[in-house]
Amino acid sequence: MMKIFILILQLVLFILIAPFLSGLITRMKNNIRMRRGQSIFQPYYNLVKLFSKGEVVSETASWIFRVSPFVVISSSLTAAMLIPVFIFSSPAHHVGDFLALIFIFSLGRFFLALSALDTGSSFGGMGSSREMFISSLAEPALLLVVFSVSLQFGSTDISAFSGMHAVTISSLITAIALFLVTIAETSRIPVDNQETHLELTMVHEAMVLEYSGRSLALIEMASYIKQMIFFFLIAQIIFPIGLPVFGDLTQPFFWALWYLVRIIIISMMVALVEVSVAKMRLFRVADFLGFACVLGIIACICAIVGV
Amino acid sequence: MLNLLPKQLFLFDPLSLFFLFVIFIVSLPAAIYSFSYLKGEYSPAKITLSWFLLAFFVLSMAAVVTAGNLVIFLVAWEIMSLVSYFLVVFDTKHEKSIQAGTIYIVMTHIGTAFLIVAFLIMYQHANSFDFFAIKNSCQTMPLQTKNMVFLLLLIGFGTKAGIVPLHIWLPYAHPQAPSHISSIMSGVMIKTAIYGIIRFVIFILGINSGWWGVLVLILAVISCLAGVIYALMEHDIKRLLAYSSVENIGIILLGVGLAMFFISLNLPYLAVFSLIAGLYHLINHAIFKGLLFLCAGSVYKATGTRDIEKLGGLIKTMPQTAAYFLLGAMAISALPPLNGFVSEWLTLQAFFLGAFDVMGASKLFLSVCAALLGLTSGLTAACFVKAFGIIFLAQPRSHYAQNAKEVALSMRVGMFILAVLTVIFGLAAALIIKLLAKVSGSALGIDISNMRFSLNNFTLSPKIARSIYLSTPELALGLVLLGIAGFAIYRIFARGKPVIYKTWDCGYYKLDARNEYTATAFSKPFRIAFSFFLLPYRKTEKIMESFYHIKSFTYETHTTKIFKEYIYLPALALVFRTAKLMRRIQPGSIHLYLFYIFATVLLLIIFMHRF
Repeated sequence: MMKIFILILQLVLFILIAPFLSGLITRMKNNIRMRRGQSIFQPYYNLVKLFSKGEVVSETASWIFRVSPFVVISSSLTAAMLIPVFIFSSPAHHVGDFLALIFIFSLGRFFLALSALDTGSSFGGMGSSREMFISSLAEPALLLVVFSVSLQFGSTDISAFSGMHAVTISSLITAIALFLVTIAETSRIPVDNQETHLELTMVHEAMVLEYSGRSLALIEMASYIKQMIFFFLIAQIIFPIGLPVFGDLTQPFFWALWYLVRIIIISMMVALVEVSVAKMRLFRVADFLGFACVLGIIACICAIVGV
Repeated sequence: MLNLLPKQLFLFDPLSLFFLFVIFIVSLPAAIYSFSYLKGEYSPAKITLSWFLLAFFVLSMAAVVTAGNLVIFLVAWEIMSLVSYFLVVFDTKHEKSIQAGTIYIVMTHIGTAFLIVAFLIMYQHANSFDFFAIKNSCQTMPLQTKNMVFLLLLIGFGTKAGIVPLHIWLPYAHPQAPSHISSIMSGVMIKTAIYGIIRFVIFILGINSGWWGVLVLILAVISCLAGVIYALMEHDIKRLLAYSSVENIGIILLGVGLAMFFISLNLPYLAVFSLIAGLYHLINHAIFKGLLFLCAGSVYKATGTRDIEKLGGLIKTMPQTAAYFLLGAMAISALPPLNGFVSEWLTLQAFFLGAFDVMGASKLFLSVCAALLGLTSGLTAACFVKAFGIIFLAQPRSHYAQNAKEVALSMRVGMFILAVLTVIFGLAAALIIKLLAKVSGSALGIDISNMRFSLNNFTLSPKIARSIYLSTPELALGLVLLGIAGFAIYRIFARGKPVIYKTWDCGYYKLDARNEYTATAFSKPFRIAFSFFLLPYRKTEKIMESFYHIKSFTYETHTTKIFKEYIYLPALALVFRTAKLMRRIQPGSIHLYLFYIFATVLLLIIFMHRF
């Protein structure tokens, strides 16, 4: 019973905090560009607005289009279940490990890509094709990250590397590789651009172009949560639990707070990257993710050597 | 003199029983499916013939996996090849069938030739055809001979399994056969070659050298990648599935190769575990590929075309087939909680656990293999998004797709059985893995009584000490409950029914099927990214009416099949050239032929005398 309570609390926390990170990143980007920028809480306003609006569904669309938002949100939330937030290991940690997490995300992506094809618009098809292209190239890099983590900590379990551990060269490089993958997976510059609806940059935004109202809100929510999970994983690798010297580590809520601080640091880094690089051509993404793979291999070598 | 009358005719150990199970679990739904599939497609006499061939085909496969000595194995193997040849050329309407059949029978006999040589070497050493007698004598076989036999077996069985670059016949033969036969061929027949590798290389020959496993792993990775990249480029639905079989054979062989690798390093637990992963993927692939081929057959039966560029929108006219295809596509893309996910997870886990226990450079080798397996699974997902999306979603792209109707009951029953199995084999993973552990242990000759692979009946745990868990039932429960929660939130905030309106058309007045993304367009990024392997080229043709006005413009894009282009066609040309040269010694004069016979006899006498 306690376990279920913790799980629900964890999911609620994810749902509450995830949009904040996107708001924070957008605000920071705007401030760095010397603009005033929108409120940090703008994503919440957007979600509320979308939830109270009506919905338009394409007449070409089938049940795949209607079901996809639920599959996508459920895949993100299921993934969130596996993340240890309050204690060393999540109450649902026996359900799946880091590898399962990757496959759970591909479930959501699979349905989103199908629903993009479902409306018969070429924008959707374009987005779907590009999303599958980018994600399939990100997969080997992600697996190498899992590999180097598991070589260091002896297990692919997410709780294996969420405890106290020393930061090694290998974990640093792993974190950089994971950071690159995160940029690709959360459709950020230089791989994709969340801010525009131009044909040239459209990947994720093109896929969800036909969605509106509550369905769109669910999909947006799912991508916020997915982003937060990826930030979480990076944070766990480079900022281990043992790092804070202040406060009482035995307090679960203090941990949750520390998690939040770490995630905010990662969000800032993402914002800095977004303002400092230009969007790449689609086919340069292959090189970008190839670089992530190389970093992954180097991280593995470092882990094997033991540094 | 010859020990031809064997003591042991048939063998029913766990490995054979497992393969028998695989054969029947796919053949039964395929047979049910064929009731309606054959009706209307062929004449009554041909339908009877097809039942006869089907029965023979299944029986010969059953004989292959239960044969207890080399002679029976070879005879059954040959019957299987011949019957499947007749099934490939069954569709005499199509000219391509004959070509496909020829390629198939040539390739399969090249494979059998290698097998016969390997078997003769084994026989010579053991002086018996019995599996167990050979197994005993193989312990004293010199390493050189062993390596030789291993390579011969690998080529022989690799041809049947469709390992790259011996895969050339698969994309021709599988699509040409009637769909229920394609499903058995792709789902089961190529698995008999995996049986051969496990039975002869692992069980009988025994692993001595580390490089055997490494070689199998490298070939497997190449098969995975080449198979899936070709599948991505393919527009013929059945050929796409055939290429995807090449890829999945690669994944199965990753499990088998890892097992061989770990035996040579004396890591019994990991060897058993890897073979479990391989066998699990084997049965899963049999189920979902069988299902997908049946669905492809339904689409073909309903629309009359296999070209996915001409399809589209079938989810509305054929909702059940679409649902089954979706399940198959999800399973093959390794999406949780279906069966493909479990076996791919197990294979990756075998890599991880192995990388933890082996030394030095092997760790890196295993990591890179696992990363490439990851790339494969990403590309597979893309491939099946393309296949499902283009065939079943959006608007029909041609009149073929517009007039489609849902297929007859027996076909739906056949697909339904396999679709349910994809779910069952995903959810009951922990129970199935216990059974597979026995098969794997007995095939490897390792005692598994003190090895544990699952925490309880619901949770997999390869190494309990390392706290790696996967619980597919709970994962499924989580996915379903949270999906329902999402739906509940959606309903609570409902503001009336959604408005049904046209797809956004940028202010353009009418969108039709010609505006939709095509399969070629979908695979374009992949074609560019893998251009070093696919060598794409275009053909454009402009017909000018005048300098200012182009009357027509055609544009085609093709990819080069490098294995065909650079290995098989030159080899074929060589054969023809040699044949031309050989023709010179056949002038048609009877005197010369008599001389040839005389010379041969003379040579043979000398040969017998000397050696």
